Amino acid sequence: MKHFNRTVTVLVFIFLYIPMIVLGVASFNSGTDIASFKGFTLGQYVNLFRDRSLLALLGNSLIIAVLSTLIATVMGTMAAVGIHNMNGRLRRAVMALTDIPMTNPDIVTGVALALLFAFTGTMLRINSILGFWTLLIAHITFNLPYVILNVMPKLKQMDRDLVEAALDLGCTPFQAFYKVVIHEIMPGILAGALMAFTMSLDDFVISYFVTGSSFITLPVEIYNYTKKPIPPKIYALFTLMFLVILVLMIAMNLLQLRSSKNARHERVQRRARA
Amino acid sequence: MKKRLFSLLLALVLMISLALPAFAAREEITVYNWGQYISDGTDGSLDVIAAFEEETGIHVNYITFDSNESMYTKLKTGGASYDVIIPSDYMIGKLIEEDMLEPLDFSNIPNYAGIDEAFRNQAYDPENAYSVPYTWGTVGLIYNRQYVSDEDAQSWSCLWNSKYAGKILMFDNPRDAFAIAESILGYSLNTTDENELRQCADLLAQQKPVLQAYVMDQIFDKMQRGEAWVAPYYAGDYLTMVEENPDLGFSHPKEGFNIFIDAMCIPKGCQNKAGAEAFINFLCRPDISAANLDYIGYSTPISAAKEYMDEEVITNPVSYPDDETLARSESFSALPIDATQTMNDLWLSVKTAGANTTLYLIATLAAVALVIVFFILKNACRRRKIARRCRKWKST
Amino acid sequence: MRNKLLAAPYIVWMALFIVVPLGIVVYYALTDSITGQFTLSNLTGMGAYLSIFLRSIWLSLFAALICLVIGYPVAYFISQCSASRQRFLQMLIMLPMCMSFLLRTLAWVAMLEDTGIFNTFLSHLGIAPLPLIRTSGAVILGMVYNYLPYMILPLLSVMSKLDPRLIEAAADLGCPPSKVFSKVILPLSYPGILSGLTMVFVPAVSTFYISQKLGSTGTTLIGDVIESQFKTAYNPNLGAAMSLVLMILIFACVSIMNRFGESGDEEVMAKV
Repeated sequence: MKHFNRTVTVLVFIFLYIPMIVLGVASFNSGTDIASFKGFTLGQYVNLFRDRSLLALLGNSLIIAVLSTLIATVMGTMAAVGIHNMNGRLRRAVMALTDIPMTNPDIVTGVALALLFAFTGTMLRINSILGFWTLLIAHITFNLPYVILNVMPKLKQMDRDLVEAALDLGCTPFQAFYKVVIHEIMPGILAGALMAFTMSLDDFVISYFVTGSSFITLPVEIYNYTKKPIPPKIYALFTLMFLVILVLMIAMNLLQLRSSKNARHERVQRRARA
Repeated sequence: MKKRLFSLLLALVLMISLALPAFAAREEITVYNWGQYISDGTDGSLDVIAAFEEETGIHVNYITFDSNESMYTKLKTGGASYDVIIPSDYMIGKLIEEDMLEPLDFSNIPNYAGIDEAFRNQAYDPENAYSVPYTWGTVGLIYNRQYVSDEDAQSWSCLWNSKYAGKILMFDNPRDAFAIAESILGYSLNTTDENELRQCADLLAQQKPVLQAYVMDQIFDKMQRGEAWVAPYYAGDYLTMVEENPDLGFSHPKEGFNIFIDAMCIPKGCQNKAGAEAFINFLCRPDISAANLDYIGYSTPISAAKEYMDEEVITNPVSYPDDETLARSESFSALPIDATQTMNDLWLSVKTAGANTTLYLIATLAAVALVIVFFILKNACRRRKIARRCRKWKST
Repeated sequence: MRNKLLAAPYIVWMALFIVVPLGIVVYYALTDSITGQFTLSNLTGMGAYLSIFLRSIWLSLFAALICLVIGYPVAYFISQCSASRQRFLQMLIMLPMCMSFLLRTLAWVAMLEDTGIFNTFLSHLGIAPLPLIRTSGAVILGMVYNYLPYMILPLLSVMSKLDPRLIEAAADLGCPPSKVFSKVILPLSYPGILSGLTMVFVPAVSTFYISQKLGSTGTTLIGDVIESQFKTAYNPNLGAAMSLVLMILIFACVSIMNRFGESGDEEVMAKV
């Protein structure tokens, strides 16, 4: 049984990573055809860094991802605390509201927002309403539930007496919130923010429906590229992004590992002292 | 904690301030053009947009569409503004009819004088108030000589030939696709007769099983690599493709074909009309037009530009067919709105046709029945279990 | 702390950008595209696309089940690893989710095409090219590939919380391994299975990119049609009607799946 599981796991990892290898190899291909390797070159990377517009689009994606994550995290955390204090019917209603964008397919959310913006645009007679702001609004909207769903369980786990204790010890309610609650639910907030950030950075479907001409993100532009003959510098960009994310993730992993080891070490030492 | 928050905020402010110059007021225009339809500096060609930016200092925000219909949809949906668009003849007629174009100020476009008489005052824009021709061209059959015989390729019926099943591409827009069916059936390319359109739709539906895909700009890749063998497309693009794959051939089919003019217009709601007119004027300059069209392969409406072009290009029968061939051609005109609607509906039915509905229906009904049976059985089981437990409890 | 008002901005935001847009979708679905008058024809004409709806549902259902079958052993294997290894493997599962799914799908196209990598390889061996791309199978493969992590991660999060003592206890009490699996592990992982199935099914049923790239002219999915109504055919009213029907269908499918889960949950509770 164990062997079977191990084999399946190995096969699945191969399955998941084959396309990455294909794209990685294609980024060093001197021909334009992804399916046949003509010769080794680094020219695609040179082309990539010469192409200012592609890097600017990556910048656009990052700006939207960072801003929408920040706003969604703040608003979502506040909301989670608020919902946590609700009870009964109200709470169920709000959670149902949170569930809508989670179960709704992206395409429906995108279409609905696009119609809303077009509608507002004609009402207010704004000609170019689609752009940075609509994109930001859309990203915040689909990021919010991720934050809430990550923070809520942490709030549930939190000991209610902690806040009482803080208040008894002379904290103002704001201080109690800031020093105790936030501290307790921090892992949930971080997990939610991280999830929101990745979702936002890689979102194509919703962005596709709410972008105009003035502000385009990288995935949307990649889609436009896939309708034409693809310039191989895209593969170079993909490979670079893959490596950066890989390094970041490994670094995070190592940091976590070290901090958990440190924590264990400290605990052991403390126990030894006691 | 506080420190980290502060540094995060600082980073954010920095990022925004770095991004701000992009929003800062500088003169710019948004150009909305077909994909693969301007010389962009690859392979040593002239980078037209960079040249324009350098000369005028106006920044060009350049985006592309892949069919007249998707361009129209984007304009109609609203939410974004464009300064220059380059649709085809019939679409310009439609846009004028729906009052979506700005009349041009020809005093800002002195190079208009160079446009040949034959391309002025076309039916789509009779007083020539809204448009300046960019290129013209024809639609024909592109085929791979290695696999498709020259005789077969003289007729549109090649696209229905089961010999080439799975290797045939087709236009992914209703107007061009219907035009091919109309040519085969001998109807006018501008027919509004519902019955005729319906027959065309039937013909197009028959084609589906042998098709590889409905495509627009993806055709370049597929034809160059030999993934597909035969496809209808624009003559100018054939010249681009044949440079990559010399096996490709081109024909103007015997049943007739479409001849088109693509022209530059300024849509209502543009942000920088003067800049847009400067851009149009720039593209009409004979030397620029020559360099541009040399690269994209389409035919120029500016005779003066031909002086700058290779002899080989101007005498090429693909981009400049002889009068005998041109006699078979017909241009599109704007269809009335209900005919367009009929065509769109029929096109959607063509694209969604061909599924085995009964099979799916039976499978679905069976699945639903299974789910219901499952729940009933489950309930029965639970009831029996509870009953058994009750009995046990009673007996103890 | 007792401030419910903290949730107010969120509720206002969601009302503005989730509820109101859905209202507008309904409004568009009930009006005519040309005259702008009230009509039911967009919705009543939906019967013509029945086969497309059914095809989308079947293909994505298959994809979700395949994901479950191959995702389950993987999640189980990873959950049995040591903590640090588990984190590393989980990271490897998440990594593809961060990369552009458009390009990854395109890589599959490059592999499966008639002149693609696999078929070139086969022709070197002297085997005639196989029809790999442009089949329903290829579309399902694309869905499985793209959404497999969405199946593994929820399964993993449930399984890693699974108390190993329960399994040991069952084994000690003389339960054979197959029974341990069917009576203890499987029922306890129901919530993960359910959320995994939903997370694969929902995006798969509404996809348009995968079927455009890997499918044939005969595997048009409902997402393709909706996209075309908004991006090329300019008939947002028909598109809105389709989105509405799709949404209702998905809510129906998900609630049926949850019903399966509920009965499962009860059983677990009964046993505990």
